[in-house]
Amino acid sequence: MIKYIIRRLLYLIPVLLGVSFIIFVLFNLVSGDPTAVLLGKNATAKQMAELREQLGLNKPLLDQYFDVVKSAFTFNFGYSWATKQEISHMILQGAYPSLCLSVPAFVIATILSLIISLVVAFYRGKGIDLFVRIMCIAGVSVSALAYILFFQYFFAYKLGWFEISGFEYGFPDFIPFVALPAIIFILLSLGPDVRFFRTVILDEIYQDYVRTARAKGLSEVVILLKHVLRNALIPIITYVVIQIPSLILGALLLENFFSIPGLGGITLNALNSSDFPVIKAMAILSSVLYILLSLLTDVLYTFADPRVKLK
Amino acid sequence: MKENSLWKDAFRRLIKDKWALGSLIIVLVYSTVALLAALGIIAGDWAKEVGASNMAPNVEHWLGTDIFGRDVLSKVLRGTQIAMSVGLVTSLIAIPIGVVLGALAGYFGGWVDDLITWLYTTFSSIPNIMLLISITMILGKGIFAVYIALGATSWVTLCRLIRGEVMKHKEREYVQAAGAIGGGHFRKLFLHILPNVTHIVIINTSLQFQFAIKSEVILSYLGLGVQGEPSWGTMIDDAKLELSRGVWWQLAGATTAMFLVVLAFNLLGDALRDSLDPKLKGK
Repeated sequence: MIKYIIRRLLYLIPVLLGVSFIIFVLFNLVSGDPTAVLLGKNATAKQMAELREQLGLNKPLLDQYFDVVKSAFTFNFGYSWATKQEISHMILQGAYPSLCLSVPAFVIATILSLIISLVVAFYRGKGIDLFVRIMCIAGVSVSALAYILFFQYFFAYKLGWFEISGFEYGFPDFIPFVALPAIIFILLSLGPDVRFFRTVILDEIYQDYVRTARAKGLSEVVILLKHVLRNALIPIITYVVIQIPSLILGALLLENFFSIPGLGGITLNALNSSDFPVIKAMAILSSVLYILLSLLTDVLYTFADPRVKLK
Repeated sequence: MKENSLWKDAFRRLIKDKWALGSLIIVLVYSTVALLAALGIIAGDWAKEVGASNMAPNVEHWLGTDIFGRDVLSKVLRGTQIAMSVGLVTSLIAIPIGVVLGALAGYFGGWVDDLITWLYTTFSSIPNIMLLISITMILGKGIFAVYIALGATSWVTLCRLIRGEVMKHKEREYVQAAGAIGGGHFRKLFLHILPNVTHIVIINTSLQFQFAIKSEVILSYLGLGVQGEPSWGTMIDDAKLELSRGVWWQLAGATTAMFLVVLAFNLLGDALRDSLDPKLKGK
């Protein structure tokens, strides 16, 4: 297994080089000269040249590309154009509110979806199964924006049950601020999660080993929890772990609506102020996270299913 | 004897399912609206001031008017054109790339497969929303950037599916037979294998449309999408400020319009899978 992990880690290199290349092409080649935007209309040619020098835009393209690659390993992303802060510092600061919102919401949403799908699989073909399926497909068809707008308006503004916006650092002070966005997060995840988990569980339920288990006289509940769930675990792990990188950004819209100063907020602010280095940093960071987590998924497979031999 | 082709059978199975038939009709209606709006036959005068500001829905203006006194229904119809065009153009970008790369990777294997696998692993390693934001930001706001961004992100799924399916098919007897009577790689791959995997393209396109529409709405809401024209996303953005003043009709109009078409594509995608790929029925 150690061998496998090392080999997988080596495979990360071409992928990281590729990701860096896409980001380099987008931000260094296609985007054009940012100095005019940064300095405004009254910039002199000398000022622009100085700034170009300062931003490293005069370097040969290959060096610029290696700068992108280097930042993927060192997490040293330089300084923001808009706030002049160090970007890695901004990201560390923004991570706290984001994680306060997305981690509990993600955990609850996953567990809840799993429970619902197991119940639905138990009563497959009955009324409750049909009802949940209809709710899921209708639920995923409504725009996320509409959910957020409506819930914020109704529960925070009209009824005043929750804070409308803002954030407070420290436990438990942040709870009133993240409670409503977390609830919306969970509701938004339920639809796709339950749909996926139900499919995976039903895939297993018609297998021969389930029939054998039934023939042995095991109760349906034991079969579901001990046999079916265990076998359905691999696709479930993949689905769950792969979502984690988008978690930092997944709450992007929620953070925007509820003015939570997290990573989503940082990204959107950067978007509005054409702060390229910040967007670039977020793109690199989330990709690195994705790549590492996909490795973790593979390793988790061996725990979920001992038959999986990593070679 | 009456001919019963695969496609005819599938179509018959599809329209027997009344949910699928309903979805198909909704999709056709939306497509017609989009086409008519694109030609300027309907909703061509959406920008005209037709009444007082923020009028509630009434007999004359079914969905009321917006803050500038423009007819909300016209804006919804115009937004339909934007949404459907995004679905169409991204599919037109994603399908050729996804099918060709997926087919080549699955058929030839070896270094071709390694290269293409590396390419889509790389693309899928950048979280979708980040890639969408980056591309639209760099190319400048506007519908063109949305087309490119969504096209660049959505070929990956199709490529992966086609690759897997072609791999399964390439060792089958009918392909060997085609080789035995002298068919070359090109002939085997494009004339024999590809027609057998087209169902994946069709199913995927239906789901692709709803993904594209949902993404367009979010990108437009973020101010990255279409400029100077109504989109469901910008209408929802407007509603954000209007809701506390009791102006709900823009939100309701845009959300309902989007809900129906996304629901239809979702149901249609499932129904297409059931009818074209009966092995998967009920899953």
